[in-house]
Amino acid sequence: MSTQTVIGEGHVERPPPLVRWYAEHRRAVFGTLVAILFLLFWEGLSRGWWADALRPLIGHAADPLLVPPIFISSPSRIAAEAWRMFVVTREIWSDLRFSAMEYALGLGAAIAVGMPLGLASGWYRRLSYAVGPFLAGFNATPQVALLPLIIIWVGFGLAAKILIIFALAVLPIAISAQSAVRTTDARLLKVAHSFGAGEWHLFRTIILPSAVPFLLAGLRLAVGRAMIGIVVGEIFGSAVGVGAMINRSGSRFETDKVFVGVLVIAAAGMLLAELVHQIERRVEAWRPSV
Amino acid sequence: MAVKLEARDIRLEYYQPRTDTRLVALDGVNLTVMDGEFVSIVGPSGCGKTTFLSVVDGLIAATNGRVMVNGRVVSRPGPDRAVVFQDASLLPWRTVERNVVYGLECLGIADAEAKARARKFIDMVGLSGFEHHYPHELSGGMQQRVNLARALVMDPEVLLMDEPFAALDAQTREGMQEELLRIWLQAKKTVLFITHQIDEAIYLSDRVVVFSGRPGRVKEIIEVGMERPRRLTVKREARFHAIEDRIWGLIEEDLKSRIAGDRPPDTPRD
Ligand SMILES: Nc1ncnc2c1ncn2[C@@H]1O[C@H](COP(=O)(O)OP(=O)(O)OP(=O)(O)O)[C@@H](O)[C@H]1O
Ligand SMILES: [Mg+2]
Repeated sequence: MSTQTVIGEGHVERPPPLVRWYAEHRRAVFGTLVAILFLLFWEGLSRGWWADALRPLIGHAADPLLVPPIFISSPSRIAAEAWRMFVVTREIWSDLRFSAMEYALGLGAAIAVGMPLGLASGWYRRLSYAVGPFLAGFNATPQVALLPLIIIWVGFGLAAKILIIFALAVLPIAISAQSAVRTTDARLLKVAHSFGAGEWHLFRTIILPSAVPFLLAGLRLAVGRAMIGIVVGEIFGSAVGVGAMINRSGSRFETDKVFVGVLVIAAAGMLLAELVHQIERRVEAWRPSV
Repeated sequence: MAVKLEARDIRLEYYQPRTDTRLVALDGVNLTVMDGEFVSIVGPSGCGKTTFLSVVDGLIAATNGRVMVNGRVVSRPGPDRAVVFQDASLLPWRTVERNVVYGLECLGIADAEAKARARKFIDMVGLSGFEHHYPHELSGGMQQRVNLARALVMDPEVLLMDEPFAALDAQTREGMQEELLRIWLQAKKTVLFITHQIDEAIYLSDRVVVFSGRPGRVKEIIEVGMERPRRLTVKREARFHAIEDRIWGLIEEDLKSRIAGDRPPDTPRD
């Protein structure tokens, strides 16, 4: 127990500062601690710390605890490699620029097409009958399998990468937009009708605001799926891009570089998800905070 | 006095595709309301009062029969009518003030004027100071008062009110009743008022319409015939109790026949 109550005097003793600090930052402390332990474990695997420590006890059974860096690299090697790529040779920046551009264009197109399409097909029953089978079929297809087709259509250039990112991101956006409209509170629609709201006004004042949480949830999904597109889209015939760098380094067994690329993408994905989350918090200020 | 509102032989069937059943909510409802009249509707729960109000508002099309307001057939909602909904149905992402101006916004009234008008009615329902609160920050009764202000601010010729005071405590309710009567007298409105509180219906109304159990029909229309303005003390007079007893009797007949349980929806179509 960190707090002590002195019974009878009704006086609560304040816990020592360190305990208080821990109570306030428990989440961060735990997260950091586990992350550090994980990194230590990883470093130890690749440097053979655990294997060396256990060998006197269990002999050769400890050997699997030494994993050569070519398989798993190590935190220190990845850090060194990242330093080199970002600061010394600055080679990764052109890859980042290229991938960021294709990502932005692909995701942007997915939003520009998916949202209006989803909203409209949620609202107009006939349109939903028309596009429903396409959405369902497209959803059942692993979109990356379309890559060869896309290459046949538009070649190996930037357009192919934009298209595959688009294909991956457009569905969660369209489908969430559609269900957003479908689940609009019928009572609010009744209110709007009763006050004589025109169709556009109804859309703007009822449907869109109540759709926002769904739209953002769809966007958050799409942000992650579009990241897959960066790697997959750059598998074939790409000289630049983070995905291409990962593929190239992988085929050369440059594990450190692969990890740098993967971590960069993961970091970008988390950053974007956080951004969407921040937007959610802004837009949803009216929601009860429970 | 001119006829303001006329419902002629209204029949309404709800069709439920899921179970392939039809439910007759209203069957042959006739009602004529004069200009400036205050008419209440009482009746057992589920007898079609809300449904009837929706038909009058033009939200639901009657299966049969027609509603006329000012001699014109109602086919959809219009600015001459405004509804106070049974469940507050506020837009949760709008503050009190922005909820109240909603209808004015639909009419294309300028923001500044709409806000000025809203302020007056927010004040009237006792919510000044809460203009910038969101519905979830209000109590149920407060939300209901926003719902009321949202309809009043429209300044409609016909007010359609669906149990507007049901969520209020007795004191607030009486205050609101008086306020409503004041608006009604002063602005010469026609009011169609649904309530479960028989004393409320009598106190407010010129006539009380008693609906029968489902399918809803007009079972009887009772003239209140008490002078106005009325004081709250009339609720303790003998003639008031006499009317109350009579209405209770009428509703009880229906309740007795339903005591074995609510009538199930009608049988599937053949
Ligand atoms: N949208 C609907 N679809 C199908 N049936 C409905 C619908 N709305 C109402 N009903 C049915 O119509 C009947 C009348 O409902 P209504 O809401 O008009 O009753 P009410 O008199 O307002 O009841 P209460 O006093 O409880 O508010 C009920 O039996 C209900 O089951
Ligand atoms: Mg009702």
